[in-house]
Amino acid sequence: MILRLAIASLAARALTVAMTVLAIALSVALFLGVEKVRTGAKASFADTISGTDLIVGARSGSVQLLLYSVFRIGNATNNVTWESYNDIAARADVEWIVPISLGDSHRQFRVMGTTQGFFEHYKYRQGRALEVADGATMTDLFDTVIGADVASTLGYSVDDPIVVSHGLASFTEHEDHPFRVSGILAKTGTPVDRTVIVSLEAIEAIHVDWQSGAQRPGQATPADVIRTMDLKPKAVTAALVGVASPLQTFALQRAINEYPEEPLLAILPGVALQELWGIVGIAETALLAVSAMVVVTALIGMMATIFSSLNERRREMAIFRAMGASPVTILSLLVLEAMLMAAVGAVLGLALLYLGLSLARPLVDSAFGLWLPIDAPSMHEVWVTLVVVLAGVIVSLVPALRAYRMSLADGMMVKT
Amino acid sequence: MPDRVLHLRGVHFQWPGRAAFTLAVPNFSVASGETVLLLGESGSGKSTLLSLICGTMLADDGKVFVAGTDLATLSGGGRDRFRAEQIGVIFQQFNLLPFGTVADNILLPLRFAPKRRLRAGDARATAVDLCAALGLPQDLFTTRAHTLSVGQQQRVAVARALIGQPPLIVADEPTSALDANSQAAFLDVLIAQTRANNAALLMVSHDPRLSARFDRVVHMEDIAQIERAAA
Repeated sequence: MILRLAIASLAARALTVAMTVLAIALSVALFLGVEKVRTGAKASFADTISGTDLIVGARSGSVQLLLYSVFRIGNATNNVTWESYNDIAARADVEWIVPISLGDSHRQFRVMGTTQGFFEHYKYRQGRALEVADGATMTDLFDTVIGADVASTLGYSVDDPIVVSHGLASFTEHEDHPFRVSGILAKTGTPVDRTVIVSLEAIEAIHVDWQSGAQRPGQATPADVIRTMDLKPKAVTAALVGVASPLQTFALQRAINEYPEEPLLAILPGVALQELWGIVGIAETALLAVSAMVVVTALIGMMATIFSSLNERRREMAIFRAMGASPVTILSLLVLEAMLMAAVGAVLGLALLYLGLSLARPLVDSAFGLWLPIDAPSMHEVWVTLVVVLAGVIVSLVPALRAYRMSLADGMMVKT
Repeated sequence: MPDRVLHLRGVHFQWPGRAAFTLAVPNFSVASGETVLLLGESGSGKSTLLSLICGTMLADDGKVFVAGTDLATLSGGGRDRFRAEQIGVIFQQFNLLPFGTVADNILLPLRFAPKRRLRAGDARATAVDLCAALGLPQDLFTTRAHTLSVGQQQRVAVARALIGQPPLIVADEPTSALDANSQAAFLDVLIAQTRANNAALLMVSHDPRLSARFDRVVHMEDIAQIERAAA
């Protein structure tokens, strides 16, 4: 009966109660939403590259190698010679190897020379392969496949010409050897979206007339002459390696790291990604702290609402007292009300979260390549909900104690 | 003293706070089943006296017996329970929880008084009977209290005071919010139902015209002295 009266009392103040509950619901939805995005971002980040067992490059730091080979951030300090590359490729425990050659750019996007193997072996988000959304992969020497962001930012479509710049942020263009867009990749949410992919030979081809980073003066070599030349590269920037058996990964890693002819570095992508996330992850903690503050604010809002209702409810408390309710009953009535508001708010917040997720998921996926999983509420979310209810109870004790003192002093007589 | 439902002896009460004044009640009692009208102007200490009787305030000195129990021997929570069991309270107005139904309001004191609940038997049936006896239409039973007229609200308050047959009904100016015609009708049912339920009635008022219906009329100044501290 007391519960029913508490609900009836809340219903009588429907508007303010609804506002309070809504504030709690929104704050809980925000908090859990940030949690979802955070774990989603972390998972998406870890899913940037999968299926690759080792990344091989010149000896530097593992995060640095990961940054330039996968995220196209920063530059390689050194290259891997073609001989070393072939040595590794020839090993029995290497099932496949894909070379990567970086260094040129197109507008703000990096150009990457590689082989057809890249489209076969580069996997993201737990083994998803790259898909060509429009056109096909390179067939001609001067063909290029561009990522989804490159196409959308620069407004390119299949068969458009592209001129590659020498180096990064450079004014020297490889004008004499324009490329043709042969294909556009589907959005992946990985750095591939921001990459212009050409064949390894094409990288050599556009540098035929170049020496020590500068164009040789004189007539440029015509394209049909270049086509007849031997375009075997002298070096590559890095290589993605797949091993025949996962058990051989560590042995191969050690063998490459101890390769006598050249200082090389082989890294496990997963480990390096973890290491990198450790640096990036500080921001997510800050975000979480901010949304926790929003929940606290909503609860303090509820406390203020209860406080302001106390005076107009003096008569109600006097009636309860006259009927034999003790001040403790008054206190527990108010705490019960707060608990109901917090509980309804928290559950509503959870519902809002799922509604928001189901609406936003396709948009977030296509816009940011962030895949937000929709699962049943995890233990963690149930805990958050419970903690919000508990915090609501604790916060409501402040006005409830005031009501206790008021009803003790007023007794059943209220002068109105 | 089973024949006296209420007995105050040598009671002194000093208000805490700035407006310090003392209320003294040397000797005042109400017999079982008696209807008493306590007349007094505002500021004569009526409300304080009622609070002492109901146990929401405690006398500094002297004894307050309700149904033979010295209130000072009970704890705070004990006095609250005791009040729920033994006393039916009717206010001037705003007696009811506006958001509760009429039934909720009538049954509310039973929530805090298990013995009184037992005495009420089938509480809902008893409440329906009381409503009928008080001239309340039965279809009001499940309506929310705030939709009722003041006269209906006061009758619901009487039903709530009487349910479970507490031996003492305390009414604080229950007619002052009613017009003259309703006052007479209300007093008639109040006294008739109090008698029908074998309860005693202590009603406080400033209106001497109501005197004729009561067994006994007492003036506040005859039973209590107020001493204001000359500041």
